[in-house]
Amino acid sequence: MSALTGTRHLVRLMLRRDRLLLPLWVLVLAVLPMTYAASFFELFPTAAERAAYLEGTARNPSIVALLGPAYGDSVGGLTAQRSGFLLLIVALASLLTVIRHTRTEEEAGRRELLGGSVLGRHAGLTAALLVTYAADVVLGLLTAAGLVSTGLPVGGSVAYGLVTVLTGVVFATLGGLAAQLTETAGGARGIGLAGLGAAFGLRLAGDTAGNDWPSWLSPLGWGARVRPYEGERWWVLLLPLAATVLLAALAYPVSVRRDLGAGVLPPRLGPATAGGALSGPFGLAWRLHRGQILWWSVGFGLLGLILGGAAEAAGRSVEGSPRMEEIVARLGGASGMADAYLGVTLSLAGLAAAGYGIQAALRMRAEESAGHAEPVLATGTRRSTWLLSHVAFALLGPVVVLAVAGLTTGLTYGLSTGDVPRQLGRMLAAGLAQVPAAWVLAGLAVLLYGLLPRLASAAWVVLAVCVLLGQLGAVLELDQWLLDVSPFTHTPQVLRDAWTPTPLYVLTALAVTLATTGLLTFRRRDIPVL
Amino acid sequence: METAIDVSGLVKTFGRTRALDGLDLTVRTGEVHGFLGPNGSGKSTTIRVLLGLLRADAGAVRLLGGDPWRDAVALHRRLAYVPGDVTLWPNLSGGEVIDLLGRLRGGLDPKRRAELLESFELDPRKKGRTYSKGNRQKVGLVAALASDVELLILDEPTSGLDPLMEEVFQHWVRRARQDGRTVLLSSHILAEVEALCDRVTIIRAGRTVESGTLGDLRHLHRTAIDAEVTAPLDGLADLPGVHDLRVEGQRVRFDVDTASLDAALRRLTELGVRSLVSTPPTLEELFLRHYETASSSDAASSSGVARPETADRS
Repeated sequence: MSALTGTRHLVRLMLRRDRLLLPLWVLVLAVLPMTYAASFFELFPTAAERAAYLEGTARNPSIVALLGPAYGDSVGGLTAQRSGFLLLIVALASLLTVIRHTRTEEEAGRRELLGGSVLGRHAGLTAALLVTYAADVVLGLLTAAGLVSTGLPVGGSVAYGLVTVLTGVVFATLGGLAAQLTETAGGARGIGLAGLGAAFGLRLAGDTAGNDWPSWLSPLGWGARVRPYEGERWWVLLLPLAATVLLAALAYPVSVRRDLGAGVLPPRLGPATAGGALSGPFGLAWRLHRGQILWWSVGFGLLGLILGGAAEAAGRSVEGSPRMEEIVARLGGASGMADAYLGVTLSLAGLAAAGYGIQAALRMRAEESAGHAEPVLATGTRRSTWLLSHVAFALLGPVVVLAVAGLTTGLTYGLSTGDVPRQLGRMLAAGLAQVPAAWVLAGLAVLLYGLLPRLASAAWVVLAVCVLLGQLGAVLELDQWLLDVSPFTHTPQVLRDAWTPTPLYVLTALAVTLATTGLLTFRRRDIPVL
Repeated sequence: METAIDVSGLVKTFGRTRALDGLDLTVRTGEVHGFLGPNGSGKSTTIRVLLGLLRADAGAVRLLGGDPWRDAVALHRRLAYVPGDVTLWPNLSGGEVIDLLGRLRGGLDPKRRAELLESFELDPRKKGRTYSKGNRQKVGLVAALASDVELLILDEPTSGLDPLMEEVFQHWVRRARQDGRTVLLSSHILAEVEALCDRVTIIRAGRTVESGTLGDLRHLHRTAIDAEVTAPLDGLADLPGVHDLRVEGQRVRFDVDTASLDAALRRLTELGVRSLVSTPPTLEELFLRHYETASSSDAASSSGVARPETADRS
């Protein structure tokens, strides 16, 4: 029996299980670049208008931080930049798809069911990678064809399509490696997301600072450096190919050496009796949430160090562009520019912290679905106490990670400007100002969990809408009332001189109301709802 | 307090599915009560109502003298529950889970905990994700049996246990009864029910179909008779309570209602009995009669009952 026996059957099984999800993300991600191109053709028909957009918007540091650099004012070049954020989503989707079909299956014991039939030892990993690679290739083909159909040059469209494919392929392979390292799908996702976060952080640091070498280390930075439509540099595509081969060369030997169900490290024995801390619902919640809060804090700390360090350079990066210098002068000089940049990056941190709050709140849903909530609620534990033990982490978690992000940002920015104490305080305040908006989304997750538990994960959709409104609302020139839907629109710009705290109180009150309603409905509903 | 659990006319619906449809259940204090019924007949749903996890739509439910929905927390300190599928937190050891659940109930007996671990041969240091199905059940059982509570609610607790461990389980349930505890035992294992239960309640499609001691239940059913007689057979078929009469020459076989047993035997002795075998109804027959009817007529209404193992974790 060869190591790949049965791969074909597994591929078919995965395609069948994913027959909705896979086409959905492929299609959505393939259509978006085309619509960007069409809107650039419509909104900026002349070269002069596009040049103004390039200088005024596309080279704005916060746009560059989010999307990556813009190399020229052709419609194709601007479209490639606008689609930069999509590469992150392609990477995320590919990563999660591979983990879903490898470690999640193994953890649930379904792989064992199949392992008993005729399957080679490489079949599982290979099938998951093949399915995801195929999805990425289809996505790339559709993307390139869509871009050509809008009237863009074929060469650049093919280059951008290849960038899409290879970005997905690199992160799919990273997912394959992560799935071999830990025993749990959650752990594998954590490793994969940490890798993705590191890649984004490096790209962001490289693209916004004067020197872009960190971007050359990031698989998310290579796409822009192929320069689709702006004098393609085809050789850059060798970098993701090499990275894929390297990651696969690491993943396969590990996959062979370990047992089914096991990770690389053998599971350690635990204590025979529970320590004093594990004696109530809050002790249990701490055990369930402490890993998350630690890793989120580490991630936010690293991000803060990078962003704070890059801020001073970002403040100076606009020199030479008369229009930008004019804007910068209005903001209060280079330090005003750095503040604007830090404000934008900390508001991104606020969105991420809201994601953490939602994740912590939805842990309750996971506990209920897995059958963990029932035995606990059949003891002397009140429903409200159990709920609050988790909500405490959904609310305090964002405070902790945003405080960490604020302090680390203040530290490195203060070091670059030489006034650490002052910047520590300012950045801490700017970080914590994001907390109430993050609480609103966490509170919404608690409400959904109490009221409509089957739809609790809709909180993620709301967060996605907030991200879109906040990051692209201004670019798309959306109406103010629509932007006002997102709680983050109301967060005051703490780094500016004049701001009022009233919106923070209102957002906090809203969050408390949402969470309290969730608590009241949870006390009255059936458990478990499956 | 005479009765530990008193349920009458209990109704619970999930959407259009009527999971419980006027169920009655009485468990006397100090007894081991068997709770039987085919899959999906509503046993777990009933237990969740008793635990105050599900709210009853209609009917009266009393548990240890209180209302399980309103007084949930106070009542939960006096009972211990083992679900049919014990799921453990992957990163907590078995020992940690046992202590945690015990503490949440208000403490457990450390001496009994150690005894239980030894007799169930359970290593408490392993992490939740590494236990087999049977060992997960043992964790739940040790946590419940080591707790100082008045009432044990066990929902198919021995699924996945090997026969040796089944023996250990029965030993500990008997000991719990000796200590004056009440046990509600939902089970499919007939030998277990026969060995342990003072009284049983059989339900089907959300309704109670029979309740009483095993003796009572047997009494309601037919005895099989297989006899050889000397005289030509005559007058048996007309007797009330005789069913399925089959005659092969001198040999005669039939089933007879318990109430008509006396009359039927008199008739047989009149005919001259050469040999006689009488078989009392087995528990299997009692069950199968209810279960078979259930699967043919109530299959549709018994689906859709919430069970944790149906959760799709993909």
